[in-house]
Amino acid sequence: MSTDALISGQVHLGDMLTITALAGVSVLTRCFFFLSSKEWVLPRWAQRGLQYAPIAALCAVIAPEIVMSQGQLIHSLQDARLYGLAGGLFFYFSGHAGKQPVLGTIVAGMAVYLPLHIGLGW
Amino acid sequence: MAWLRGLVRHPEFRQGFAEMATVAPGIAAWGLMTGVAMVKSGLGTVESLWMALIVFAGSAQLAAIPLMLGGAPVWVILATAFCVNLRFVVFSAHMRHYMMHLPLRRRLMAGYLIGDLTYVLFVQRHPEPAAGEEGRQAQVAYLLGNGSINWFSWTASSLVGVVLANVIPTAWGLGFAGILALVGMTCTLASSPLRRIAGGVAACAGVATFALPLRLNILVAIAAAVCLCLFLEPRLQQASASGPRSP
Repeated sequence: MSTDALISGQVHLGDMLTITALAGVSVLTRCFFFLSSKEWVLPRWAQRGLQYAPIAALCAVIAPEIVMSQGQLIHSLQDARLYGLAGGLFFYFSGHAGKQPVLGTIVAGMAVYLPLHIGLGW
Repeated sequence: MAWLRGLVRHPEFRQGFAEMATVAPGIAAWGLMTGVAMVKSGLGTVESLWMALIVFAGSAQLAAIPLMLGGAPVWVILATAFCVNLRFVVFSAHMRHYMMHLPLRRRLMAGYLIGDLTYVLFVQRHPEPAAGEEGRQAQVAYLLGNGSINWFSWTASSLVGVVLANVIPTAWGLGFAGILALVGMTCTLASSPLRRIAGGVAACAGVATFALPLRLNILVAIAAAVCLCLFLEPRLQQASASGPRSP
């Protein structure tokens, strides 16, 4: 950390400013294509294609969190995440999911995951 | 302020709030572990609290911290966060038609709330931008109701995570609840064969290109899934139109 940065007590002001700018980056990226008021129309093919973006983004985030650890594919079936996922999916598609299927998926998945992970160390 | 009050009273605000509320426990567990991780990676308590309070972008936060602690130039830190957030840029292209009727300041405020799940739930509930004033009002109300409970459960739990960082062991793996929330959400989205294909392709591409820096694997996966589905869409429609079964 640069020593000439402003330090008051334990708080590093330079870092506080950087963090504030990071919040600006959150706004900038989330608003990127609707910042400007200029007339601009998304091409039709892109509009159709974006219908698939939500599920693609979710799956791209989820899959590595299930089948990888430290950047490598896992080679063991003794991994609590696999069974947690299976438990969550089983509940979702069991027909008992009711009105709050996502909440049930979380609870069922964790009910399988935590004993295996904490109890058996998987 | 009258604008906000009107939206909060709108029935769609409650609808958005309720739909996100069922996912909130997963979000909260995830936020909690992100708060813990921020402190464990060496950021000071006050800085961690400030970050948890205002940045509202988990993976960008965790990517930025080692750079900050390593003394990287500010522009490198901001550029890194921008790249990690690139999927939001894609979402914003989709959201443009829903947002342009608002003045800039309101667009910025509502846009700040468009996290992953808010985007997903919003376009699921409102597949087409509304044409009339009433419909637009309803859509913005849904967005704010949904985004505000998401922001609150994420931010509040992150703050708790920062404070309790030395009490909660990361080894418990509570963050897995966040992944399960995404899994449940994915299941609700998988309503057509092409969407399931998009999900499968993105999952494989996300794993295969995981080694890319700055979480660019997510962007590659979205691009691969969208391109393949655009290619398949007309062919599948043709096949089902000329097939033996009537639709």
